[in-house]
Amino acid sequence: MSQIQAPIIETDDNSISLPPSSRSPFKVMLMQFKKNKRAMVGLWMVIIFVLVAIFAPFIAPYDPIKQNMDIMLQPPSADHLFGTDEFGRDMFSRVIYGAQISLMVGIVGVLISLVIGVALGTISGYFGGKIDALIMRIIDIFMAFPSFLLALAIVSVLGPGMGNVMIAIGLFSVPTFARLSRSSVLSVKGKEYIEAAKSMGATNTLIIFKHVIPNSIAPIIVLSTLRIATAILTAAGLSFLGMGAQPPTPEWGAMLSTGREYLRSAPHVSTIPGLAIMFMVLSFNMLGDGLRDALDPRGKR
Amino acid sequence: MKQPLIEVKNLKKYFPIKNGFLNRNVSNVKAVDGLDFTIYKGETLGLVGESGCGKSTTGRTILQLLEPTDGEVIYERKNLVEMNKKDLRKARRDLQMVFQDPYASLDPRLTVRSIISEPLEIHGLYSNGERKKKVDELLDVVGLSSFHANRYAHEFSGGQRQRIGIARALALNPKLVVADEPVSALDVSIQSQVINLLQDLQEQFQLTYLFIAHDLSVVKHISDRIGVMYLGRIVELADKNKLFESPKHPYTKALLSAIPVPNPLIKKERIVLQGDVPNPANPPSGCTFHPRCSACMDICRKEKPAFREVDGQFVACHLYN
Repeated sequence: MSQIQAPIIETDDNSISLPPSSRSPFKVMLMQFKKNKRAMVGLWMVIIFVLVAIFAPFIAPYDPIKQNMDIMLQPPSADHLFGTDEFGRDMFSRVIYGAQISLMVGIVGVLISLVIGVALGTISGYFGGKIDALIMRIIDIFMAFPSFLLALAIVSVLGPGMGNVMIAIGLFSVPTFARLSRSSVLSVKGKEYIEAAKSMGATNTLIIFKHVIPNSIAPIIVLSTLRIATAILTAAGLSFLGMGAQPPTPEWGAMLSTGREYLRSAPHVSTIPGLAIMFMVLSFNMLGDGLRDALDPRGKR
Repeated sequence: MKQPLIEVKNLKKYFPIKNGFLNRNVSNVKAVDGLDFTIYKGETLGLVGESGCGKSTTGRTILQLLEPTDGEVIYERKNLVEMNKKDLRKARRDLQMVFQDPYASLDPRLTVRSIISEPLEIHGLYSNGERKKKVDELLDVVGLSSFHANRYAHEFSGGQRQRIGIARALALNPKLVVADEPVSALDVSIQSQVINLLQDLQEQFQLTYLFIAHDLSVVKHISDRIGVMYLGRIVELADKNKLFESPKHPYTKALLSAIPVPNPLIKKERIVLQGDVPNPANPPSGCTFHPRCSACMDICRKEKPAFREVDGQFVACHLYN
């Protein structure tokens, strides 16, 4: 049995003082998050996907784009865990490399919208007035388009390819981020500690970076996680329509699309990438929901 | 002998009411409507009045946290209102504020150390090591310990938070501290501690206070002079003792008669004001107090009373012409 030693410091004047604790808001959130089982499952799934993507070359048993016409459309077996596709490529290796692409699109796309959206939203919310009106009207115009159609339109203009898909996905999430960060900034802007910083002589830039953004970022983090899921789904959708990844890139949406033709004879060619998309989206959604609950100030019990 | 620190001249702050499709200015809420007064070095000027009379707006407008609609705030022979951003930022070192709500005035994401050292960082004072020492000193001055420095604001009680707020205001060695209802959010037992702390600090650092409150007993305890506000104007401004012994303005009289007496045997005649505070967007003509005044005369409805000296007290009332 290990003895637990109470961390009590005896000071000279015989008074007992507790050690300097530091229950930062972040630590409180972490504790809250750890209690949530569903969120922890989501987190572990995301971690596994990330590890798979990073170590894809070591995990994948075959080259994902090497064709072998002798073994085309084989069902799952010991040699080929997930079977082979219409060109005899190993599905298992392709799904593993596909994780790289989907994660990349999701994260880069969301980063683009995060940076642009938060910048616009923060400027809009903090300064208000005419700048606010101008930015929000432009955002309104973007919001008027159905988001998938907007992404499709952007890719059609820029041309197909994964890089353009990332840009399209980045742009189509900007309005959501801008709106959310604006409203979040508005609620922080009225707080007295912002006024206190002003009365000390702080510049607007300092106030924005030191007080406004750190205090308004919580909902943005949640939205980012959830938006990664949407971005992955949209990227898969664009590739499915032939606007995203070009063959022979092992992109899940594209694999799903080509597998359609063999749905009766070899259903694994489309179901396995479909399941992969589903699990990745699910994991990010569970993580996002968990973060939302942990960051919600009302959720503190 | 009495040196002015801040001179406020004809200070006005109107908040526009916007309405309609084109966001046109429909009318203005006259939160502060023409104030003239002086804050002298080393004194505590109390500012009282019911809620919505413009006390807090006055404090914020003097500190240029709200841009005044009109008027001048003279500090060290310079007008703060017309100062450029850079000079104003420098002037802010001397003019600090203690806020009403100790829960909202401290950034929840910062430790106490970074909260208190923030003003020092903004003005680039001291090296990192010296800053740490200064924060420990300040914590000691306001009755907290240096081991509190690494904690977050939410780990403290309301009274302790207010002490942190005071330490932050003192960090720059200010000349004027505007205390905006610094104790009204606290327990009565804690109120006296914080008030006493403010008085001790005033002595120690030769501070000047503009003390805003609605609690008359608190204001009486801490102030040297008291200004009574009604609907955006100061109706009476006088020495504390004079004001409490011989109030001139009918509103001051009514206000003072509302102070409870802790002796059940003494029957006190209360002056109960009729009606509500008028809408500051549409204040009454003449003297704004006339619809509720017991001594209302014809002239009160037509003419604004001037702010003039009567027996050493400043009062804005037609009764003393």
